[in-house]
Amino acid sequence: MTDQVTQVFREEYGRAVAVLVRLLGDIDLAEEAVADAFAEAATRWPPMPPSPAGWIITTARRKAIDRFRRERVRDEKHVEALVLHTGSEPEEEGPVHDDRLRLIFTCCHPALGTPARVALTLKLLGGLTTGEIARAFLVPEATMAQRIVRAKAKIRDARIPYRVPHDVDLPERLDAVLAVVYLVYTEGHGSLPRTDLATEAIRLGRQLLDLMPDEPEVRGLLALMLLGEARRPARTGSGGTLVPLHEQDRSLWDAGLVAEGHELVRQCLRRGRPGPYQVQAAIQAVHTDGERTDWAQVVALYDQLLAITPSPVAALNRAVAVAERDGPEAALALVDDLDLGAYHPFHAVRADLLRRLGRAAEAVEAYDAAIALTDDAAEQTFLRRRRETAQGS
Amino acid sequence: MPNYLLSVYQPEGTPPSKDELDAIMKNVRANQDEMKAAGVWVFSGGLAGQETATVVRDGGALLTDGPFAEAKEYLGGLTIIDAPDLDAALEWGRKAAAATTLPIEVRPFFWS
Repeated sequence: MTDQVTQVFREEYGRAVAVLVRLLGDIDLAEEAVADAFAEAATRWPPMPPSPAGWIITTARRKAIDRFRRERVRDEKHVEALVLHTGSEPEEEGPVHDDRLRLIFTCCHPALGTPARVALTLKLLGGLTTGEIARAFLVPEATMAQRIVRAKAKIRDARIPYRVPHDVDLPERLDAVLAVVYLVYTEGHGSLPRTDLATEAIRLGRQLLDLMPDEPEVRGLLALMLLGEARRPARTGSGGTLVPLHEQDRSLWDAGLVAEGHELVRQCLRRGRPGPYQVQAAIQAVHTDGERTDWAQVVALYDQLLAITPSPVAALNRAVAVAERDGPEAALALVDDLDLGAYHPFHAVRADLLRRLGRAAEAVEAYDAAIALTDDAAEQTFLRRRRETAQGS
Repeated sequence: MPNYLLSVYQPEGTPPSKDELDAIMKNVRANQDEMKAAGVWVFSGGLAGQETATVVRDGGALLTDGPFAEAKEYLGGLTIIDAPDLDAALEWGRKAAAATTLPIEVRPFFWS
C-alpha cells in the first residue's frame, strides 16, 4: 500500500468495517469487503478522492454486492444474516449513533473473554492483522487466529447484539470497553515498550472520546494514556534500563502530550464527576506538573481513588507517595499491612523502603523476592542494581 | 425469535431445607410467570436427581446406570426462552439465577 492508502487505512478502517457490519450483518463479509476496497484503493490512488472514507465504504459495499452475485449459493445465508443483529432494535434507541460505537460494544461484550475482546477490538477497529496481534501479545499466530474465529462465531451464534447498550447498562458496559483499551495500552507500555499497541490504544481512546464526549471516564482514560505516553522517552535509559520517575530527565518528556493531557484533566475537573481513570490521570498530571511532584496532593488523590475503587494495588501506590511525603518508616507500616505477597512490585517497594531505612539484610531479601516474581528482564536488571546499592550501604 | 436454553446447575450434596426450598420454588414460579407475561417463555422443568439417569448408546443393548458424566455440579433443571438477542437472554438468565440462587448457563440453540 502507498503511504496515503496506509494512512487512510489506519484512520478509517474501523469506521468502514463498522458500517459494513451494519449493512451486511456479518463480520467476516464486512472485513472481506473492506479489504477488497483497500486493495482497489491501492491500485487507483492517487489522486485521492475528496472523501477517502466515503470512497472506501461505497467501494466496499459494491464489492460485497459483487461477491453476493458471484457466490449465489451464499445468498440465502446472508439475507438471513442481514436481519440478525439489528432486526428487533430500532437504531435510534441507543444514546449514540455511530457504527463504530456499536462495533466497540459488540467486540467488548462481557459474554466474551477478555483476551477475545482485546483481539477483536484491535482487529476490527484498529485494522491490525491476526499476525500483528499475535506478535504483540506473544502468542502463536494460530492461537490468536483461533481466538478470533471463536469470538466471531460466538457473536454470530449466540446473537450478541450490534448496538450501543441502553442507558441503564451503559456505565457497566462502558467500563468493559475502557478496560480493553487500557489493557492494550498497558501491554504496549510495559518495560519492553511495544509502541504500536500504546499508539493503537491512544487512537482508540481518541475515537471513543470523539464518539462519547459526555462520558468523563473516557476523557480521563485518554488523559491517563497521554500523560504516560509523554514520559515514554525518559522511561528507559541506555541499554533499556528502567529509569524511575524522580530520576527521569524531564526535558525528554513530550511537552505537547503533557499539555494535552493536562487540558483533558482540567476538563474532567470542571465536569465534577470523578471516576477511577480520571483520578489516575489527575495523579499523572501532578507528576508531570512543574519541576517536582507535589506528593501531598498525590496522597490525597490516592485517598480519593481508594474511596471510589478500593484495591490493594492502589493502596501500595499510595504508600509510595506517603514515603515521599512522610518518610519511609510511615510507608513501610502501610505496606506491611497489605496482602500482596504474589505481586512483585509489593516486594520491590518494600525493598526500596527497607534500603532507605538502612535495613540492608531485609532489603536484599525483599529484592530477591521481587526478582523471583518477575519475568521481565529490564525489571530484573533494575532490581539487581538496586539490590547491589542496598548491600553496599 | 431465537431460542436460548437456560440451564440450572445445582451442587451435589445435601439439598436445602424444606422451608428454604419452598421459598425458592415460590420465586422460581414467579420468575416463570414473569417470562410468560413477557411472551418469552417456551418450556421449564426441574429434573430428578442425577442418580436417576440412564445412558443409552447407539447400536447396543447395553444401558449404563447413572448420568453420562458424574459431576460435582450437574444439570438440575432447564428453561427454554424465545429472546431477541443475547443481552435479552442474559437478562432473563440473571433473573433466573436470582430466583433459583444457582448459576445459570445461557446457551443459544443452533436449530429447533
